[in-house]
Amino acid sequence: MSRNGPIALAYHTLFVIFMLAPIVVVCWVAFTPEGFLSFPTTNWSLRWFYAIARYPEFVSAFWQSLGLGALSSALAVGFSVPAALAIARHRFKGREAFTALFMSPLMIPYIVLGIAFLRFFTEIGLSGSFTGLVLAHIVVVMPFALRLTLASAAGLDRSIEHAAVSLGASEWTVLKRVTLPLVVPGLASGWALAFINSFDEVTMTVFIAGPGTATLPVRMFLYIQDNIDPLVTSVSACVIATTVGGLIALDRAYGLERLLVGRGHDGR
Amino acid sequence: MKATPYLLVLPALVLFAAIVIVPLVMTVALSFHDWGQYKGIEPVFILKNWREVLEDSYYWEVFGRTFRIAALVTVLSAVFGAPEAYILNRMKSPWRGLFLLVILGPLLISVVARTLGWALLFGGNSGLVNKGLMAAGLISAPIPFMFTETGMVVALTHVLMPYMVLSVWAALQRLDPQIENAAVALGAGPLTTLRRIVLPQAMPGILSGAIIVFSLAASAFATPAIIGGRRLKVASTLAYDEFLNTLNWPLGATVAVILLVVLATAVIVANRLVERRYAQVFG
Repeated sequence: MSRNGPIALAYHTLFVIFMLAPIVVVCWVAFTPEGFLSFPTTNWSLRWFYAIARYPEFVSAFWQSLGLGALSSALAVGFSVPAALAIARHRFKGREAFTALFMSPLMIPYIVLGIAFLRFFTEIGLSGSFTGLVLAHIVVVMPFALRLTLASAAGLDRSIEHAAVSLGASEWTVLKRVTLPLVVPGLASGWALAFINSFDEVTMTVFIAGPGTATLPVRMFLYIQDNIDPLVTSVSACVIATTVGGLIALDRAYGLERLLVGRGHDGR
Repeated sequence: MKATPYLLVLPALVLFAAIVIVPLVMTVALSFHDWGQYKGIEPVFILKNWREVLEDSYYWEVFGRTFRIAALVTVLSAVFGAPEAYILNRMKSPWRGLFLLVILGPLLISVVARTLGWALLFGGNSGLVNKGLMAAGLISAPIPFMFTETGMVVALTHVLMPYMVLSVWAALQRLDPQIENAAVALGAGPLTTLRRIVLPQAMPGILSGAIIVFSLAASAFATPAIIGGRRLKVASTLAYDEFLNTLNWPLGATVAVILLVVLATAVIVANRLVERRYAQVFG
């Protein structure tokens, strides 16, 4: 394979700067010692990180996002496992249609989903409630959970299960002692990817979150709409740090290439 | 034994029927309901909202802006993203993984934080981007980025670029480097190799990336809302306004349904065309 020339490398450098600039700038401004937006050069300060503690709505929104993400991702994985087992190992009528349905939240604009959820939850009295948020987030992160669950279910070596059966294990024992342990790494990655997507989701959530249930991105969005000050940059810096930490952990555990490109799953 | 797969998909099926299909049907129905400042939503079947959206030039302007921005973002991300994917693909092992993480990672970072970054970079006439461009001698007067379509296009291109790189990169994975070497051995220059060998094989990736980027750009919400401010509207921010500020839900639902239908049609038609054109590659 031939190597990249100097022009290619210069282009690559500019491209990486373009991709990183806005993220770096947010973290940079967050360390300003001033009371207004500025780029600190000599004086760095953590005052705006301490300031977050004085805004309980950001702190509670953070815990809200964390709980919502953890719970809805776990439930999405729970719904995915049986569905993935069915899709990966059975040939049945409507198999493609079911897969398409469960993947459909990726195809429907989130703005439309948000509106649909708002309308629906208002009718059944769940508008602004945590239950409503959990239901909506399960659906929205389901494609991510299902994709990785499918990948691990499809990659399963069936001869191991056959061996268990021939050694006298019951169907339930095979499921519990052989099949599930084999798919656990895939489930954990599916949960993590679903969690990150739930944690960052704003477009759909902004419609259905009530004043008491607003998630962190929703709070940040509503705050930025009114004014941009160093406080929101320090909050964003914390969000970025959380995501980058999760990303690195995921990359180590599963491989980001594999995670994002996906392979071996039931594509075309 | 035949019922097993159906029993297994049943929980998810019930969930999706109740939480996806029913709400979507209700939203379509909502777009045909009546609404008044004092009477609220009236569950009748009228075409008032559809007529209003289709006859008022304001809505045409908003939808025109939405799809113009989406088209520009798509072209820009293809023009700049495809070469980067090619460069990434030629990198050696540790660098390739690292830069893949750097370029695809932003995909998972909150879109609000990323857009905030652009708002800081644009920051009025003295923003860093303008300073940089003027220092480099590329422009003589500052370009207004905040509250303009230009700013929305730049920020959205950044937000959606990883999808394009990802898609082209996946297509390039199937490319056999020996074919490139064969072209060079047969006397083709680097440009000819790029144009006749690499580009045709990357094309399915570019096109499927373009479909993803276009549909996400046309339905993007947070970025146009923050960069565009309260006045410069696209379809999604318009629908948001109708729902949460004006409270004219039926009108907002109409805007949302139009966006959904136009995008679904565009995506399906584009997918068909790409698949037919590249049947051999996909098959």
